[in-house]
Amino acid sequence: MDEETREREAREPSIEKEIKEVMKEYPDLAKEALKEVVLPGEFLGDKKGRKIGHGAYFEGEKVFSKYLGIPRIDEFEINVMPLSGVYIPETDDRIIGVINSVEVSGWFVDINSPYQAFLPVSEGVEEFVDQRTDISRFFDINDIINCKVSRVTKSKTVQVSMNDYSAKKLYGGVIIKVTPTKIPRIIGKGGSMIQTIKQATKCDIVVGQNGVIWIRGDIKAKAIEAILTIEKESHMLGLTEKIQKMLGEGV
Amino acid sequence: MGHKSDKKLIVEGKRTDGRKFDQLRDVEMKVDVVNRATGSAMVRFGSTVAVAAVHGPRELFPKFMQEQAAGIIRVRYNMAPFSVDDRKSPGPDRRSQEISKVARLALEPSIFLEDFPKATIDVFIEILQADGSTRVTGINAASLALADAGVPMRDLVASCSVGKIDGQLVADLNGLEDNYGEADMAIAMQPGKNKLTLMQMDGAISRDEFEKLVKLAAESCKKIYDMQKKVLKEKYKRE
Repeated sequence: MDEETREREAREPSIEKEIKEVMKEYPDLAKEALKEVVLPGEFLGDKKGRKIGHGAYFEGEKVFSKYLGIPRIDEFEINVMPLSGVYIPETDDRIIGVINSVEVSGWFVDINSPYQAFLPVSEGVEEFVDQRTDISRFFDINDIINCKVSRVTKSKTVQVSMNDYSAKKLYGGVIIKVTPTKIPRIIGKGGSMIQTIKQATKCDIVVGQNGVIWIRGDIKAKAIEAILTIEKESHMLGLTEKIQKMLGEGV
Repeated sequence: MGHKSDKKLIVEGKRTDGRKFDQLRDVEMKVDVVNRATGSAMVRFGSTVAVAAVHGPRELFPKFMQEQAAGIIRVRYNMAPFSVDDRKSPGPDRRSQEISKVARLALEPSIFLEDFPKATIDVFIEILQADGSTRVTGINAASLALADAGVPMRDLVASCSVGKIDGQLVADLNGLEDNYGEADMAIAMQPGKNKLTLMQMDGAISRDEFEKLVKLAAESCKKIYDMQKKVLKEKYKRE
């Protein structure tokens, strides 16, 4: 790594400088940015009693990557964060879904995944609902909801819930879909990136971990442009600055 | 295939297109060529061109095909009507059905299907230009497309054809060598694990030659594997 950094410095001193600046502020983020991407089947290291987390698998003592992604290796865990792919639901994810159909005892929700989620009446509304009530008065087809994944079974039957502080029905606005693995980059460290976009465009934005983003506001085109730029260039360095510049010019 | 002809395939120690015996044709690889697909890739070996697109993992219909314990993968290999000298009548036929199946069997061992039960991964392989070794070109493209789509995999699949022409063992057959050669063999493997996932052979060779051919194929697959890794890493170059 050291030799590589030196080579990089010789080639482009500006980037090295930028990395140093970022490293001062966010040491772990900068360390991540310097890592090379790994490919499926690439050797990551020996297991040495560590936990094999998401995106890696082992054969005997050897650990390999499952995805085309960025490795996160420390003394306790080995993970690989994929750079592309569809959303596979996990418990406690906060996601945005669209009501697909209204059933007798709940709703089916499209969550931008190979699997549909089910929202039962008891998890959807707080008040008592009589059996004869038509539950489409709470949520109807095409309504957008911000909800939480409450259960995922082994065969990927998904249940969502509105019993969460962030869960609510979202009125108006538009939704866009991005690659779910890029969501952390769109939110930024401690929400910095999304705050920048919100402040610059004065839009209401809700980001779901399933790659669905809901936007409402007068200049939402600018916000969408910024988000899509982040998605496209999420593996590059100096992105926050670029977005700030982009938004600064437009507004 | 396999029929005798007066055609000379090796002249003065070189093949018809001037290659050495173990030399691959000019190879070009690209990822992310189909916008609407989850992942896609194009691979060109000489004048054989294959485009592969991967959709999914996505919900599987009809529902009776769903497996509770693991997902499935469906592969469609198709040749464009304009891909050959004359005209190929469009649509699936006996040959493309067989190749679809062997391509699926070649890719399947590499994929963690148990990670997405009840879902499917659809792989579409389109041959735009055919000049021999289309199935291996298609498998190479499909493997790149799967990695690009973020499908969990044990290893990339590299594939290559080898054969015997005019008594010589050669790698990466072109259309002419495929048609008039003595034998040809398609091999797909996981080079990182040194495991074979596909082996098909046509023609007659001795046991000794067979072993040499497999060795030659493994070497060629390693070369292709390196190219695949390079093109995938290039897509996500930082800076």
